[in-house]
Amino acid sequence: MARAYGGAAMASIKQNAYPDVLPDFRNLGVIARILIAVNLLAMAAALYGSSGWAQTLDRFVQAAAFLEPVLLTSLVALYAVSPLLARLPYISGCALVMALVLALAAATHLLWARGAAPPVPALARVLLLAAIVVAVLLGYFRLLSKAFSPALSEARLQALQARIRPHFLFNSLNAVLALIRRDPKRAERALEDLADLFRTLMSDGRQFVRLADEITLLERYASIEQLRLGERLRIVWELDSAPLDALLPPLVLQPLLENAVYHGVEPGTGAGEVVVHVEQRGDRVLARIENPYHPEHQHRAGNRMALANIRERLQLFFDAEARLVTGEHEGRFRVEIEIPYRLRETSRA
Amino acid sequence: MSELRVFIVDDEAPARERLRELLGDFAEDIPTAVVGEARNGLEAVERVPASGAQVLLLDIQMPGMGGLELARHLAHLPDAPAVIFVTAHDRHAVEAFELNALDYLLKPVRAERLAAALRKASAAGAPTGEKLARAAEHVRESDGRAREYLSVAERNRILLVPVRDVVYFRAELKYVTLRTREREHLVEDSLVALEREFADRFVRIHRNCLVSKAAIRGFERAAGDDEDPRWLVLLEGTDEKLPVSRRQWPTLRGLATEK
Repeated sequence: MARAYGGAAMASIKQNAYPDVLPDFRNLGVIARILIAVNLLAMAAALYGSSGWAQTLDRFVQAAAFLEPVLLTSLVALYAVSPLLARLPYISGCALVMALVLALAAATHLLWARGAAPPVPALARVLLLAAIVVAVLLGYFRLLSKAFSPALSEARLQALQARIRPHFLFNSLNAVLALIRRDPKRAERALEDLADLFRTLMSDGRQFVRLADEITLLERYASIEQLRLGERLRIVWELDSAPLDALLPPLVLQPLLENAVYHGVEPGTGAGEVVVHVEQRGDRVLARIENPYHPEHQHRAGNRMALANIRERLQLFFDAEARLVTGEHEGRFRVEIEIPYRLRETSRA
Repeated sequence: MSELRVFIVDDEAPARERLRELLGDFAEDIPTAVVGEARNGLEAVERVPASGAQVLLLDIQMPGMGGLELARHLAHLPDAPAVIFVTAHDRHAVEAFELNALDYLLKPVRAERLAAALRKASAAGAPTGEKLARAAEHVRESDGRAREYLSVAERNRILLVPVRDVVYFRAELKYVTLRTREREHLVEDSLVALEREFADRFVRIHRNCLVSKAAIRGFERAAGDDEDPRWLVLLEGTDEKLPVSRRQWPTLRGLATEK
């Protein structure tokens, strides 16, 4: 019960873990985006308000003479208050940005009116225009941060994880049904194994698990498959030098074993041998799963999808540090995964 | 009511056992006798004809030869058994069964459903070969897999000829002849249907003939002048030279340059 509560609390915290944030005004990319966006807006306005190319250019230059000082001083000011903005709540931050820009626009207007070089529009119009531009840009940065938010990639992770072959589920249930009268104890164990498997499949796929746990899961899965396939399935476990404390994303190895059984053992009329090998090599963890290769079954849908799926999850967890390679050699199909040997969950950006 | 003779085909031992259990459960209502079991299509082709089975319970996904292909081969038997397909999850096959009014059950199977299907099947009898062929074609459209064997009915048994052993098919009057290295057989499939099903392995060389792409050794100029040459196909495994029609020559010439 306590565990269930803990899980629920964590889930609700996680949902708010990524509130809206202002962009980092000291980031060169952000500065460049603002410069380009504001000038593009000015260009659009000049285009709209003029009837010929010469006039467009003229208008743009005219506008720029007023616009650029406001733009540049605003950028400098935002650069300066950036640490303060990072501490403020999102809405207050937005208000501060708006206030700063409007103040600078008003100041520039004041200086300009005194110099009286070209005539400038009324103060109210200038302020309204500046406010619109600021609002548009803040909206744009909010969308941008949403598009690249880690929350999104985490939602994607969960979507990738929640896949189980219906074929496996229904055949397993059928096998358990067949056991209930003849060997109730074995049937009980099979249902417990299924429950464990599904608990993991439906768990929060964003947390790392220990290799030892993933191996237990492999064994539970294998015992269910053994029930269905009997002597047709032979699994060779090579786990003596597996680093049991290493952390890895959940359900990376189990789908590979499921694939090996589905594509390597089930299509064969005889017995098929699957090898599960995990070892530590320096600061890397290496896992290899090998099964008989049936080329005529390779277009049975799903194999490549499952592999692409795991590849994508590895990438989301480890970025470029993980590797997944597949190959076929002398009638055997093998998948190899290499991930960094980690004992602590380091933060993912 | 006398006992209904049932034959069970499934590659998973627990699945076969479960069906036997269920049959036992309603034996008082529907007396049945399991007259045989097989673990895949090939075993079933050997065992079913002599078993006297009236109803087959047939898994779809099996190694070697799946249930749908098996049913097509067995349909050639003089007194072919009725068929009830059993599948865990096979969307395309289920669609095909629905479209062609073939009986099927979903695993795990319920006793009531099995009983109802048996009653229906024993009344309706064996599905026709055409119905099964249409269902198979529907499945092939989604998974792209053709049969591995062609079958020839010989009195009360089925002879399987692996598709890869076929050198050519030729339509003659009412029948299609299949030629392997060793011998010839008559098959009931039409040339058009064979061409569609085995499009990636066979090519049409003439209105009445399909040859195995793998068996083509080369082409020989037969007759005609340079303006209008006629060609013959040379094949592995037979000395026969088969004429290529004018219409098919451009396709075959492409194939010849690929080789």
